[in-house]
Amino acid sequence: MMSRILKYRELLLGAIILALIAAFSLRAPGFATPRNLAGIFNDTSILIILALGQMAVILTKSIDLSVAANLAFTGMAVAMLNAAYPGIPLPLLIGAAMAIGAVLGAVNGFMVWIIGIPPIVATLGTLTIYRGLAFVLSGGAWVNQTQMTSAFLDTPRIPLLGLPLNGWTALLVIAVIAVVFMRTGFGRALYASGGNPTAALYAGIDVGRTRFFAFVLSGTLAGLCGYLWVARYAVAYVDIAAGFELDTVAACVIGGISTLGGIGSVAGAVLGALFLGVIKNALPVIDISPFWQMAISGLVIIIAVLFNARQERRKGRLILRDAARSPAPAAAEGAAA
Amino acid sequence: MSTMPLDKPTVRRIPDKLSTPTARLLGSWESLLAAVAIAIFFANSLASPHFLDPWNLSDATYNFTEKAMIAFAMTLLIISGEIDLSVAAIIALASTAMGAAAQMGFGAPALVGIGLGAGLLCGAFNGLLVARIGLPSIVVTIGTMSLFRGIAQIVLGDKAYGGYPADFAWFGQGYMSDLSWWPSWHAFEVVTFEMVAFLVFALLFGVLLHMTAFGRRIYAIGNNAFAAEFSGIPVRRTKFVLFLLTGLMSGVAAVCLTSRLGSTRHSIAAGWELEIITMTVLGGVSILGGSGSIGGVVLAAIVMGLVTFGLGLLNVPGIVMSIFTGLLLILVIALPIVVRRLRASS
Repeated sequence: MMSRILKYRELLLGAIILALIAAFSLRAPGFATPRNLAGIFNDTSILIILALGQMAVILTKSIDLSVAANLAFTGMAVAMLNAAYPGIPLPLLIGAAMAIGAVLGAVNGFMVWIIGIPPIVATLGTLTIYRGLAFVLSGGAWVNQTQMTSAFLDTPRIPLLGLPLNGWTALLVIAVIAVVFMRTGFGRALYASGGNPTAALYAGIDVGRTRFFAFVLSGTLAGLCGYLWVARYAVAYVDIAAGFELDTVAACVIGGISTLGGIGSVAGAVLGALFLGVIKNALPVIDISPFWQMAISGLVIIIAVLFNARQERRKGRLILRDAARSPAPAAAEGAAA
Repeated sequence: MSTMPLDKPTVRRIPDKLSTPTARLLGSWESLLAAVAIAIFFANSLASPHFLDPWNLSDATYNFTEKAMIAFAMTLLIISGEIDLSVAAIIALASTAMGAAAQMGFGAPALVGIGLGAGLLCGAFNGLLVARIGLPSIVVTIGTMSLFRGIAQIVLGDKAYGGYPADFAWFGQGYMSDLSWWPSWHAFEVVTFEMVAFLVFALLFGVLLHMTAFGRRIYAIGNNAFAAEFSGIPVRRTKFVLFLLTGLMSGVAAVCLTSRLGSTRHSIAAGWELEIITMTVLGGVSILGGSGSIGGVVLAAIVMGLVTFGLGLLNVPGIVMSIFTGLLLILVIALPIVVRRLRASS
């Protein structure tokens, strides 16, 4: 029953995206060509990867507002590494980006798990700190295209079966995340610790530790995106991806990931990101100024939240809470405290 | 009821006014803030010979007056268990509305009305979504933050509004000594309009929160919205009013900031929501709702203003200052938690 509603939701979102593409291609015939669609997917890859990390965090009833700052810091770090030591092989650099991202994510996770700071406050704080550190690291200087090696910049652009490696990376991440979320204990723990922390505790799941690893995952993916972003735009500076954390939250909310935790699917997050990607790429095609994009994202977030709230209500969560309110709360509170 | 995706402790107690540990801790938090403010004041005056100049100090108040006015309303909102991340975007939208009106030739009083009205409308929109429909305030205000600033971006593009009437400049740049009834003592010359507005709003919000039934209701809602509902408190209406107030104060800040800058770009007040929330939390307001005071927020505003001003005199770049803001935010939240845990374990 629940999975049917969820499936219905993803189908609906997929249908809306297809309808949008069809409508846009009426206006601009070239829009729906496989080449252009592959381009849109490639363009949205970074958002998709970040949204999947954000999804892990949101599933545990947290939020990571520092992903874009993390991306900016790691992007700057690997760009400077590449500029200073062109001899370092690319896989090592990508590994370094993911490791730095993981450490920054672990800092968030540590504050949430061990100290018990509310996630929104912890990551609002690290949002400014990480971006500030990117400034301290670079002294405010840019790393330009000419300073970076061609292997560093061009590898994500190598086309394979019509899709650049950048897009293939996103597909790989989607596949890995889908397996992890749906087929491993960690995945179950993510859903359980957001859906019902008390029950998760009784089931032997360490909610705090699950949250910690969700933040580490989000940070690792942000680190990977730091490299992809710098390679894609061929420049690294302090303000790259400023405000992009909101897009990742928006993608999740549009995809039906509940900000109350425990609800949502990988397909939803990917489709949510693709929805934003299609709109972003379509605006210039249908002659609307790119300045509209921010307002449209905002409006879509609000509509999606409205929609989510309605669906969550239908599931009968309130009834459960009513039933639990009479004798059970003493036990539940005792366990949570 | 509150639907913030934060970890709320399931057990809530309404602190008694007298001699509970919580009340004592709050009291000491404010005295600690005051001590910090005085220490920073002395440190600054030693660090830079220009610090103690009265005109410099008067200029320094602009670092916090506008943000603090919003922080007062945010204090009430956070105590009630909600949050508004869209305040800076409301400034952008209200400022854009005033800029458009100035282009059409409206005078200063009309501009002020438009700025405040735009703020109220935005606040009402947030309040409608959160209080009436019952959506979680964090996600809603992330959405409206994008929407409000997005509208400003649509209107402005990469252009800027300027050409505000000359008398409009007074709200952000004027001194009280421009007014005939202001005492003409030498020491009062440096008092700006914004300083007075800051103090008056501090007083108004202090009275509203600490001395009226409405204020008590805010604490009750933040501590236990369910119990508040059953005690006959109109939870939704109260929250709606709080969002209205926050929108209105963002409008007030928009008037002051626009008047001070004399121009409007779509990036106006970017990132202020973070500083305003930091200010509120630094002032001892619990991010989980239910406790906090206006006095603490006033002191926190002064502390943050002094730190920013002092670092500025020492030529520290703005983005490095933001590292301090972020650290400050995390430290002030982590400290009480760590202290409480140490006390509990001993």
